[in-house]
Amino acid sequence: MTSTSLTKPQGAGRAGDKVFSGATLAAGCLILAVLFGVALFLVIQAIPAFTAPAADIQGGKGFFAYIWPIVVGTLIAAVIALVIATPVAIGVALFISHYAPRRLASGLGYVVDLLAAIPSVVYGAWGAAFLAKEISPAYNWLANNLGWLPIFQGPASATGKTILTAGIVLAVMVLPIITSLSREIFLQTPKLHEEAALALGATRWEMIRMAVLPFGRPGIVSAVMLGLGRALGETMAVALVLSSGVLTASLIQSGNQTIAAEIALNFPEASGLKVSTLIAAGLVLFVITLGVNMIARWIITRHKEFSGAN
Amino acid sequence: MTSTLNPVRKRSALTKGQLPKAAPYIVLALALVIGAAIMALIGFNAFGWGIVSALLFTAGLVGWSAAVEGSRKAKDKLVTCLVVGAFLVALLPLISVIWTVLVKGLPGLVDPGFLSTSMNGVTGAFDNKSVEQGAPVLGGIYHALIGTVQITLLATVISVPVGLLTAIYLVEYGEDRALARAITFFVDVMTGIPSIVAGLFAAAFFFAVVGPGTKTGAVAAVALSVLMIPVVVRSSEEMLKIVPNELREAAYALGVRKWRTILKVVIPTAISGIASGVTLAIARVIGETAPILVTAGFATSINNNVFGGWMASLPTFIYTQILNPTSPSNPGPSDQRAWGAALVLIILVMLLNLAARLVARIFAPKAGR
Repeated sequence: MTSTSLTKPQGAGRAGDKVFSGATLAAGCLILAVLFGVALFLVIQAIPAFTAPAADIQGGKGFFAYIWPIVVGTLIAAVIALVIATPVAIGVALFISHYAPRRLASGLGYVVDLLAAIPSVVYGAWGAAFLAKEISPAYNWLANNLGWLPIFQGPASATGKTILTAGIVLAVMVLPIITSLSREIFLQTPKLHEEAALALGATRWEMIRMAVLPFGRPGIVSAVMLGLGRALGETMAVALVLSSGVLTASLIQSGNQTIAAEIALNFPEASGLKVSTLIAAGLVLFVITLGVNMIARWIITRHKEFSGAN
Repeated sequence: MTSTLNPVRKRSALTKGQLPKAAPYIVLALALVIGAAIMALIGFNAFGWGIVSALLFTAGLVGWSAAVEGSRKAKDKLVTCLVVGAFLVALLPLISVIWTVLVKGLPGLVDPGFLSTSMNGVTGAFDNKSVEQGAPVLGGIYHALIGTVQITLLATVISVPVGLLTAIYLVEYGEDRALARAITFFVDVMTGIPSIVAGLFAAAFFFAVVGPGTKTGAVAAVALSVLMIPVVVRSSEEMLKIVPNELREAAYALGVRKWRTILKVVIPTAISGIASGVTLAIARVIGETAPILVTAGFATSINNNVFGGWMASLPTFIYTQILNPTSPSNPGPSDQRAWGAALVLIILVMLLNLAARLVARIFAPKAGR
């Protein structure tokens, strides 16, 4: 009797161990299943768009004629965002890690993180109501003075709701991502490298150029790639800011469209084949962002031992 | 003679070839004055004044430094100016967004009934009347608040157990197995899924399982979970990793089983970090618009059932009020409601962020680290 009462709780404990480790394993597998399911269900629902006769797809020329202008539009918006955000983000990261007074640095980092906390729909509303209006005189100036460049061809949009405005709003949204990742990496620069450079008489900029930037380069690259992933998939900023249209080279006329905004604007009223087309567009976006993110993660893991960014 | 009696203070050879300490302030004052003068000639505005002064300041300081200190120091000063400038430029949108939301949102927020009524029965005719005859703006965000709270709550209920258990698996059971490495990798990949694709996934899943056109709050909650789970996993994993191994070993030495060790020792030690990570994850998904847009539809009336019928939420409310105003000829009242809702949403997100910081600080274990 006593022996059973001694072994009983042990048995219960062993069962508990099994149940608990099984539960954690199941949760982990569920995540893999969800990601697999994302791909699977998108493919299943998208198949009609690939197999339907070309004339039934919006535009009447088949799925690929429909998708490629908005893929290009997505890339244009994302590239604008990165061209603007990357230098500023690296500057801000350097400011917080190496220039700001030590006592202020963490507070300033929090201020930049606030940029990431603002919901995307608020950025979209801000871009449409404030930025587009304020920036349209600048577009007129660009059209008048740099109009010979295809990207600044006039006449400029009177409302300012152009792909360039959408790109600027996207830049604001990816800025905190690139900043916080680069900042972490800059802070991990070995102190001895920095002090050695300073001891040899380097100015602060020379120290940063010789010690901090070479150390942080892979981290910066992957931070920019992660920013790119965000900019490609961002919906609201484009849906609210851009007055969309056909693909145009000029950045200061209305026109162009991105995948995410196309889905958001059309999905709520879509039915039948249109739903499949939009889900197929989502699948294309998923594949593009997946590729970008995997490359970024691969760069991070390759340099993990000395960059520590993950 | 006077020079011998009252010698001029010569600058030490050590500080020769350096700008005086006050140099930046002198240049700044000059830049502000000259900038104001230039702006007065071409028409004054504060934003242009700031930019012109900043450019003048940079040029002045770098030029002076190049003349006195040489090109290396001048380049250093130039980069310093650029770096500080980048930070100031990054602050501009933050200030502008918050200012715009405050100015445009306050009139909507202080409207009586804004927080306690829905848009049920509010038509364009009411909006036209309020613009043309000055009647009060009707309609509010009560239905959207209910939707946001229910959808986010359901998403949290789904994500937290899954995310936390996965984090426990990775830290306590994974031991660098292939499966654990695969999970880590795909959780990272999941962090990068565009929110609209998460929404499409949930929509596609429910279209396939329940039937085409299924749009309820629960579908939206599943979509948000896809976005939330990786955030919860990452933050919980970090927190579990920093629990000292001595605590686990002490528990094992007392004969405690592994699962009880985890539940009674490891998690209580890490709970403050886990809770703050979960709060931040909620703050992240509460503002998501795109996934809710494609999964929950729009509703103008109160829907308390998260499992049936279309549901409104704050972000989609803002989106629809701006894009499709209730009265197309007079979008003013719709704009006012949208900005009021935006202000409420930002306040919610900021409160959640603040709560996360407080939780982390208050419940932090007093570890001897």
